[in-house]
Amino acid sequence: MKRNLGPAYVAPQALWLTIFFAAPLLIIVAYSFLRKGLYGGVETSFSIQAWADIANPTLLKVTLKTLWVSLAATIIIILLALPCGYSIARSKNQALRLFLVIVPFWTNFLVRIYAWISILGNEGFVNQALRFLGLKAEGFQFLYNQGAVVFVLVYMYLPYAILPLFSTIDKFDFTLLEAARDLGSTRMQSYTKVMLPNIKGGVITAVLFTFIPIFGAYAVPLLIGGKDSYMLGNVIADQLTKTRNWPLASAISMSMTLLTAIAVFLFAFKKPKEQQAVKDIDPLSLPNGKTIGFFHRGPGQGKKKTSGKGVA
Amino acid sequence: MAAKIHGLKPYRIAALFHARRVVRKGAKAAAKLLPRKAKGSNLIFWLVILFLFAPLFVLLIYSFNRSRSGEWTGFSFVWYQRLFLESPDLWRAFQNSVVIAFTSALMATALGTLAAVGTTRYSFKFKSYVSTMSFIPMILPEIVVGVSLLVFFAGVGLRLGMLTVWIAHTTFNIPFVYLLVSARLEESDPSVVEAARDLGASELQTLFRVIIPMALPGIASAFLTAVTLSLEDFVITFFVSGPGATTLPLYIYSMIRFGVSPVVNALSAVMIAGTVLLVYPLRNFLKVFAAR
Repeated sequence: MKRNLGPAYVAPQALWLTIFFAAPLLIIVAYSFLRKGLYGGVETSFSIQAWADIANPTLLKVTLKTLWVSLAATIIIILLALPCGYSIARSKNQALRLFLVIVPFWTNFLVRIYAWISILGNEGFVNQALRFLGLKAEGFQFLYNQGAVVFVLVYMYLPYAILPLFSTIDKFDFTLLEAARDLGSTRMQSYTKVMLPNIKGGVITAVLFTFIPIFGAYAVPLLIGGKDSYMLGNVIADQLTKTRNWPLASAISMSMTLLTAIAVFLFAFKKPKEQQAVKDIDPLSLPNGKTIGFFHRGPGQGKKKTSGKGVA
Repeated sequence: MAAKIHGLKPYRIAALFHARRVVRKGAKAAAKLLPRKAKGSNLIFWLVILFLFAPLFVLLIYSFNRSRSGEWTGFSFVWYQRLFLESPDLWRAFQNSVVIAFTSALMATALGTLAAVGTTRYSFKFKSYVSTMSFIPMILPEIVVGVSLLVFFAGVGLRLGMLTVWIAHTTFNIPFVYLLVSARLEESDPSVVEAARDLGASELQTLFRVIIPMALPGIASAFLTAVTLSLEDFVITFFVSGPGATTLPLYIYSMIRFGVSPVVNALSAVMIAGTVLLVYPLRNFLKVFAAR
């Protein structure tokens, strides 16, 4: 009889993630219910003060602003990334176009933020150019406001959406668009009613890949935004390092985790019926397709077969 | 109906009927014969590329500017000279980054590969725990991971330094390795492994002579991904780093935050060039990366 060595293989990783990932998260949960220590840290007495503090109006305002900024940036990103992904997928030279998307994507995160500071800053490129043209001597203040934060966030996370959208659209059978047109749909209808339902998985991945990191953004609002464009990530960092209110920092982190979990469960775990049906015959779907299925090419392919039938 | 067909060019009808009949791969080839209709999206694509590259070009130009401010006063290599000859702290940070990147990628690749082999070949009780645990760190906002690790290290009394940065980087690298290697193993033929076992190979022989060589492209791309993620990380490192463990992103951050020196321009130009040189040879594998 073959011995089951599965547990032995996964033990090192499971142990590592339990100690360095699960345990820290549990500690955060515990800390959010403790009293704040006088000089940072916590005292070992139960308190729901941190959770009460979360509901205070200033923090709620920051939360709403963070949600608003993340939503705005995500919507702009998806609207730009969809035609980009489509254009790469239909191009003869996919490798070159992917190269062009990936170079800025792999360029260091802080270098890219810094680039925008040196373009939009008071002594930056745009203001120098305006001065050169004799337009405005004192220059514009482009940075340090909400709009600048959204703009730079769009810049930073656009490739995160283009890549998954490209890989889903690339698997889409473009003859279906022709078929839809021949059956009398307008061009727009062929995109929204035939292509969009087929690439839904990729759109969901793109939304999650952009919305979640933007929601937890720290560096962009810190360096690009002013004091009034602080986002939740900055509040957490301040509570941790400046105000030294660890229970509150923990409580905010926990709510962020919960919100992320809800978003993922709502989008990724709810599978359409037809997708479920083809899962059994899809050779590429993972045995645990339930958990990481939406990263995987499997479901997209299976889906195409069924909807292909539906349209024809 | 007749009017509709009348409006179609014959080759389009032919291509369409042909496309219906052939198998998927053939269908795609046939689709390429059809008239391209990506004009609008092509325009958007090139505008987006312009948007993505414009700031990088501005940095490149500024790196050769003699003056300290944004005003162009003449061509000069002075900032490159400063960067390569007079910035020992920066190069120490770079060295730290490289050490952390390679050691954490190595650890993550070892752990992630073993776990991927375990979960693709066997089914057992805690399998869903393992796959869920390997999935959540990837989607959690970085700041939550950083904060929880900082609180954890403070709790167990571990001093912040290279060790804590290494632990943190290994932790956020594991999920990506696990995902990439699992995907590769899923695609390989399980009967090869069965055959090796039937022919008398021991478990270790099967692992090192059959499974790992088969999954090597996946393992290699996982390792490279882990190295780049580690070199790139700012937020998590920001929380778990201590004295003597400044990585390059942390150093750049302090340069930006506390008085911008044009050395950053020169450094950025070098890093952009490095990225291009690194990505260009990989351009034919980019589809694999994009699909991850």
